Amino acid sequence: MTARNRELLALVPASLLVTAGFAAIFIQESEQLSDVSLTYGAIFLGLCVAAHLVVRFTLPYADPYLLPLAAVLSCFGLVVIYRLNDEKAGQQAIWFVVGLVFFALAIIFLRDFRVLERYRYTVAFAGLVLLLAPRVPGIGQQVNGAYLGVSLGPISFQPSEFGKIAIVIFLAAYLRDTRQVLVQGARRILGVTLPPLKHFGPILAVWGLAMLMLVFIRDLGSSVMYFGAFLALLYVATNRLSFVTIGFGMFALGAWFFASTVGHVQERIAIRNDPFAPGVVDAEGYQIAQSLFAQADGGVFGTGFGSALLEVNGTPLLPAADTDLIYAVIVNELGLAGACGLLLVYLVFVQRGLKVAMIAQDSFSKLLATGLTAVLALQVFVIVGGVTKVIPLTGVTLPFVSYGGSSIVANFVLLALLLLVSDRARRPAHLR
Amino acid sequence: MNVPIVRLYGLIALLFGILVFATSWWSVIAAEDLREKTANRRPLLQEERIKRGTIRSADNKVLARSVAIGGKRFRRRYPTGDLFAHAIGYSYTNIGRSGTEQFRNDPLTGRRTELVGAVDSLLGERDVGDNLRTTLNAKAQQAAVAALKGRKGAVVALDPSNGAVLVMASTPSYDPNGLDDAQTFKRLSTDEANSPIVNRATQAGYPPGSTMKAVTAAAALDSGRYRPDSRVSGKNGKRISGVPLNNFDQQDLGDVDLTFALTNSINTVWAEVGEKLGKKRMGDYMKKFGFYAQPDIDLPPDQIYASGERFRGKLLSPNSRRIDVGRMAIGQDKLLVTPLQMATVAATIANGGVRMKPHITQKIIDPDGRTQDEIEGEEAERVISTSAARDLTAMMRNVVKEGTGTAAALEGVQLAGKTGTAEIDIARRINDPWFIGFTDEFAVAVVLERVQGGQGGTVAAPVAKQVLEALGE
Repeated sequence: MTARNRELLALVPASLLVTAGFAAIFIQESEQLSDVSLTYGAIFLGLCVAAHLVVRFTLPYADPYLLPLAAVLSCFGLVVIYRLNDEKAGQQAIWFVVGLVFFALAIIFLRDFRVLERYRYTVAFAGLVLLLAPRVPGIGQQVNGAYLGVSLGPISFQPSEFGKIAIVIFLAAYLRDTRQVLVQGARRILGVTLPPLKHFGPILAVWGLAMLMLVFIRDLGSSVMYFGAFLALLYVATNRLSFVTIGFGMFALGAWFFASTVGHVQERIAIRNDPFAPGVVDAEGYQIAQSLFAQADGGVFGTGFGSALLEVNGTPLLPAADTDLIYAVIVNELGLAGACGLLLVYLVFVQRGLKVAMIAQDSFSKLLATGLTAVLALQVFVIVGGVTKVIPLTGVTLPFVSYGGSSIVANFVLLALLLLVSDRARRPAHLR
Repeated sequence: MNVPIVRLYGLIALLFGILVFATSWWSVIAAEDLREKTANRRPLLQEERIKRGTIRSADNKVLARSVAIGGKRFRRRYPTGDLFAHAIGYSYTNIGRSGTEQFRNDPLTGRRTELVGAVDSLLGERDVGDNLRTTLNAKAQQAAVAALKGRKGAVVALDPSNGAVLVMASTPSYDPNGLDDAQTFKRLSTDEANSPIVNRATQAGYPPGSTMKAVTAAAALDSGRYRPDSRVSGKNGKRISGVPLNNFDQQDLGDVDLTFALTNSINTVWAEVGEKLGKKRMGDYMKKFGFYAQPDIDLPPDQIYASGERFRGKLLSPNSRRIDVGRMAIGQDKLLVTPLQMATVAATIANGGVRMKPHITQKIIDPDGRTQDEIEGEEAERVISTSAARDLTAMMRNVVKEGTGTAAALEGVQLAGKTGTAEIDIARRINDPWFIGFTDEFAVAVVLERVQGGQGGTVAAPVAKQVLEALGE
């Protein structure tokens, strides 16, 4: 079977999942099965097939599993959001369509994605602007103490979702250039391999950026995500664990410094350490405490689709259930088993992404695929880790699942880039 | 570059492993702790959405049911009001639960094993609890409360053959309907003079008075040291533990046999029997009857009370040197017992010497009418031999026929019994009158609290009679 037929076939179960999910919710809500669930499944399948056709005609050699995996995650998100709020599910469905349009546009306009390498500084600048935009007075929005949103007239979006792609493109291009010098120019000082000072600057700049985000965006989660992706790329580019260790040390030092001086970061950590403290549990710790309470009701198999207790007489019990805390809803309704299934889908997605990186021929492609995959994996870690109290809870989305246009569109562009890299990598040599 | 990519994948897999562990931690391992946090309103809110099962009496009367109050919420109703308040208890989200409502909360809320629950949620089953059928007899319960006539006291009736609790009455009682009103609950739970919420049948310790002689007699006969026709001295003023002991009305009865001594409840005889049997043997028999341990009944542990010798509120060891075994043998000393314990003594003798575990719940029935669980009579242990039980029954029948318990005598049914009059305030003649007794089918214990001039034979025995009559109908 060709890769494309495998992809098409794999999209069918994803669509069936939508049908089954909606059917379960209809049964739960009205105790009757509606054929609307079939309609939704058919529409979803139609959209998936459309995306598949774009890939079939433009990227015939692309990895056949990435698109179905993203489809499974999206449909999962759609069903859960529908169960929370059917109006929002409608909007999310529209964003899903918009995401697919951007997906197609990215594939068509970036057929030769290596041009991105040439515009690395433009891309980096754009990324920086996107990351810092939420702090610009007038357009920036503060949510839960962190600056993550931007509103321009009627449109409001989370620029950091796009910023992560820009940063990865820049880092991949930059490290492709400098990886040789970073390795060869390295000096061993006191038994520690240090990168050459001349090329240390940009690395310091990235570190500085992460610290800046910590202070200005006030978002520990995002800065962990970006700096983690940077360290992952640095490691893959140089194969020097010492660089990563140094980088990690610097980050930890900076984070510790800001954690003890910047009130917001300090508070986040205090909440994480004891969300049940009196006075905290009903105020700042409310979100994480409610998240854990919701998960506690899940058990191994969950309470069942559509049966989570989310509001009391109209007031929400679980805040931000469709965005930041969507994972808590999933644990509640589908239990540990469902949550592990979801994490497994992400892990398979990561495995396919890194597989693309491994079979890619040139360094830029390898680094790009690694970076995109790593940033997505870290995003999952940051939000799921936040919801499960592994790290302080910060407001990033669960890729493809959470409600939010920026997140859906950005992640479909990320997927398009991965498919572009994989198509080139898997193409027979004479066609490259 | 591929080696570091593989290692990176390993790291990411490790990070995801941490997430799986964290999720398992909150959703399964630490879930119970989280549910118990006071800030967690989920258990209460969910509870309100569950239609708790209906609780019925043995004769099919609804004792507790859930009614919808809108917004998918339910509320408990108790159609029989204060009649079964103690055995059934109450269940409200703000004040918690008591009685059977508390002990059987899991089946009443439909909570079963995780696996069955998972199948149910896949099938889209709704939140409906299992129904309970109890062993309680509504008619006899009503008769018991009526016979107590508003006086403080308690009645327990058991089926000797299986330990089924047929009557569990405690007065004064309270109406569990609307108990969740904060003021009502506070008023009732702080009413020290009447303690309406206390289940006197299982939670209150009374000195047993002469009903204890049934235990002493059981030990005497079963040990082989005495027979019903053994000659004993009924002299007044015998020294028991070095202090002279008097009979009722200072009667000096000379040499009598054991049956006569029980029929007329002669203190000096039974105190001497107790001393001769000794602390160890008396303690062993009491333990076999269920004293010195929390009764194994299906009620919450904080609503039952262990009978036995107590000092400063704490149970003594049966061998403690503080125990005056002679006075204990006639129900004095520091002995405090519950009506449930004394009903168990009667039931054990009635059942040929075998003690059965008492139980209130008879059946757990799922919403589709299938029996999920049936509580059958379970043997606790053999306390005395069949022949000792037979002899003791004959002796106790004599008590009702021609002794202190004639007021309980039933027409057409042979009743065995023993009266008791525990003196609380000798100067003001305030007593706790007792009666324990049994027929072939039923065993009963009755106690009244602080009755002026009240004797077991004149005050408690008629109550037992009315309850037994209602049970026999």
